[in-house]
Amino acid sequence: MSLWQYANPVKFLNLSGKVLPTLSVLTVICLVTGMYWGYFLTPDDYKQGSTVKIIYIHVPSALIAINAWFMMLVAALIWLIRRHHVSALAAKAASHVGVVMTLIALITGAFWGQPMWGTWWAWDPRLTSFLILFLFYLGYIALWSAIEDPDTAADLTSVLCIVGSVFAVLSRYAVNFWNQGLHQGATLSLDKEENISDVFYFPLLFCIAGFVLLFLVLTLVGTRAEIRNRRARALVAREKG
Amino acid sequence: MKSLKKQRRIQIIVLAFVTLAISTGLIGYAMRDGINFFRSPSQVVQDPPAATEVFRIGGLVEEGSLIRGQGETVSFNVTDGGASVPVVFTGVLPDLFGENQGMVGMGKYVGGVFQATEILAKHDEEYMPKEVIDALKEQGVYEDPNS
Repeated sequence: MSLWQYANPVKFLNLSGKVLPTLSVLTVICLVTGMYWGYFLTPDDYKQGSTVKIIYIHVPSALIAINAWFMMLVAALIWLIRRHHVSALAAKAASHVGVVMTLIALITGAFWGQPMWGTWWAWDPRLTSFLILFLFYLGYIALWSAIEDPDTAADLTSVLCIVGSVFAVLSRYAVNFWNQGLHQGATLSLDKEENISDVFYFPLLFCIAGFVLLFLVLTLVGTRAEIRNRRARALVAREKG
Repeated sequence: MKSLKKQRRIQIIVLAFVTLAISTGLIGYAMRDGINFFRSPSQVVQDPPAATEVFRIGGLVEEGSLIRGQGETVSFNVTDGGASVPVVFTGVLPDLFGENQGMVGMGKYVGGVFQATEILAKHDEEYMPKEVIDALKEQGVYEDPNS
């Protein structure tokens, strides 16, 4: 028994098919609980009023946007080193979820920035590196569909993924490297005392768990679709023979 | 990548990561001033920009320096603890703007006064329910973390 057995598409499809229903139910439970709790049962913030509630979408989606790229990076490295096709396809599927999450984070961030900072957008280091990450997602997806040979496409997109990881790192740590920016520092961190009151914190945890599960579900569904799509194409190619 | 042996692929990937990290570090180091969104009052006082240069200044609004009610114009001092720079601004301020709050302004530094054309509010990473703060204030326990 090793983890690598799931590199076999059949085993991957079997296992993912078994866990998907449970994961989907958990996703719905976490998202509904977190959103309802966050939007209807939390008080207003002492400075920001009810605008603070954007946090329940903005923070989880930005977190997924950045971590999806790291997941793609790991998958790309597994593809480059061990040549498992499922890994390359998982990276491709994750990019589609990641780009939507990045867009959600950008839009909710603008809606948050307008009343609080007084601007929709500013060329702050963190915001800028996040925008570049979004463009990398678009480029990555475009590159996948621009190259016909699947193995070459997987190789080149993996290299692009390695380069793009610079901006995934910067999006997360820009506030630490360049402290003279507009975006505030991290609220949720493991090494500091907490900055967020428990009434906001617990629903936020549910929302984050919900978004992580949602990412997992969508990526698994996407990977399964990619595997079947590739099989279908192989069948068609054989028919034409 | 296809024709290479596994060992060599790993070596290339490691090499790619090292060069990528070095180049990112060098670019970040070379552009560190350009990447920073604003300058601090200390930087501005130490090295005053030309009166024609448009730049951003950021810091806390000094307590007791905010003067409103000169029509649409407000004036206040922005400080980073070290130095303090007077700012004048005509226009609408964001909600979060106030004394002891962070701000970022864009404009020119003319004759020792920063003439702002745009003011943004900066907020911190703290979130607390309003009722809790109100209750604490009533009991006289709450101390503003910025003061």
